[in-house]
Amino acid sequence: MKIIIGGVVEPGTTRVNKTGGWRNFKPLYNQDKCIKCGLCSLLCPDCSIEETEEKYVVFDFDFCKGCGICANECPSDAIEMVLEEK
Amino acid sequence: MKNKMTVVEGSYTVAHSVKVCRPNVISAYPITPQTHIVEDLSQFMADGEIPNCEYINVESEFSAISALVGASAAGARTYSSTTSQGLELMHEVLFNVSGMRLPVVMTVANRAVSAPINIWNDQQDSISQRDTGWIQLYAEDTQEAGDMTAQAFKVAEDKEIKLPAMVCMDGFILSHVYEPVILLEQDLTDEYLPKYEPEYFLDTKNPMTFGAFADPTTYTEFRYLQQKAMDNALEKIEKAADDFNKIFGRYYGGLIDTYKTEDAEIIIMAMGSIIGTIKDVIDKVRSDGIKVGLVKVRSFRPFPVEAIRKAVAEASVIVTLDKNISLGLNEGALLTEVKSSLYNTDISVPVMGFMLGHGGRDIPRRTIRMIIDKAKDTMRSGIAVESEFADLRGDLV
Repeated sequence: MKIIIGGVVEPGTTRVNKTGGWRNFKPLYNQDKCIKCGLCSLLCPDCSIEETEEKYVVFDFDFCKGCGICANECPSDAIEMVLEEK
Repeated sequence: MKNKMTVVEGSYTVAHSVKVCRPNVISAYPITPQTHIVEDLSQFMADGEIPNCEYINVESEFSAISALVGASAAGARTYSSTTSQGLELMHEVLFNVSGMRLPVVMTVANRAVSAPINIWNDQQDSISQRDTGWIQLYAEDTQEAGDMTAQAFKVAEDKEIKLPAMVCMDGFILSHVYEPVILLEQDLTDEYLPKYEPEYFLDTKNPMTFGAFADPTTYTEFRYLQQKAMDNALEKIEKAADDFNKIFGRYYGGLIDTYKTEDAEIIIMAMGSIIGTIKDVIDKVRSDGIKVGLVKVRSFRPFPVEAIRKAVAEASVIVTLDKNISLGLNEGALLTEVKSSLYNTDISVPVMGFMLGHGGRDIPRRTIRMIIDKAKDTMRSGIAVESEFADLRGDLV
């Protein structure tokens, strides 16, 4: 991808530019503890948590920045933040 | 009638040039420090003389230049004018303008910066903005300042450049002086300056972001491209001056201009209104048998390294005159740049620097004459003395 002078970009470029690489901590999901409340998905600032048909969740690590809001808000401690080794 | 001369103030000459360049947005802060340029433009607007243009009165210079960021990004031809403290207040936004590659044109009526409070001419204000990524052109007289304004739009808006440009003219000495000039003709200006057609511009139907986030993986390349544009501007500034000459029949040099340098042993280099005084002194000392020449630097950014090397290669002594000082180095900016241009080359000529004319101090012919005498001493000894204030009042310090 060539850059455009002046830092000009069209909308929606993050569909191409994956920003998950900024992450230091990653969420570790324990489905057995999950009560399917959907709070994590609702509160994720990057829309990186999607609910499945069974109301469990999956994480999109292409965009998750590892902020930890999901783990902090989870009422059943089903999400744990762990250091990501790269 | 073509080439009709009229006596007007320097500020009016520039304002008229801006008018015939057909700007779409003019913004300015109308209170001190300011010149009659924006006052005249506001009069033109009130009289309906600038079609398809919006004039924005803002509450500070920071806002003046910020308004033009948005206007230029939206595809408008944009103009502002400021000086001294006003320019310093713009500092942060100047980087945004150049970084977003917006071809804003701005006149800087060069004036000293506070403290101590001083409203008179020197060039510290624009020199302090040297590294903001703006093209900087310096005019010798009011006719050139007016003509340079059209040239600045032409260079700035060129597809291979896309950089903002400052037209610097000495405050008061040029901005407030009445001189006979030929005001730019509308039909010739239309022939000279094509319509501004940006490749990218803000449009609700086709959304864009300007100056978007660039992390360490891409930031360097944006700076590289700005420098490439500056490199391209070297040729384009020359061409803009040549094209101007073809249409209007006036020429002031391209990147530099030379005066009696062919056989010169001493070459003086300077920028701005001081050039006229130096030419007078050169004519006088040449009649006394001293071979002195002059290199007038029109473009300070991009700095014309190659042109200067070529112009001074045969000289025995080079003298630079600066109406500014880099405090802590005891040098004016021109001295530093000229020395740096000659280092690592075969040219081994002593370069002497003099700082003068600060805060509006007059530069009489005897000061230039004294400098030439010192250059003669250096020619004999081969050793350049350290940079110094040429017009320091020893009785005060």
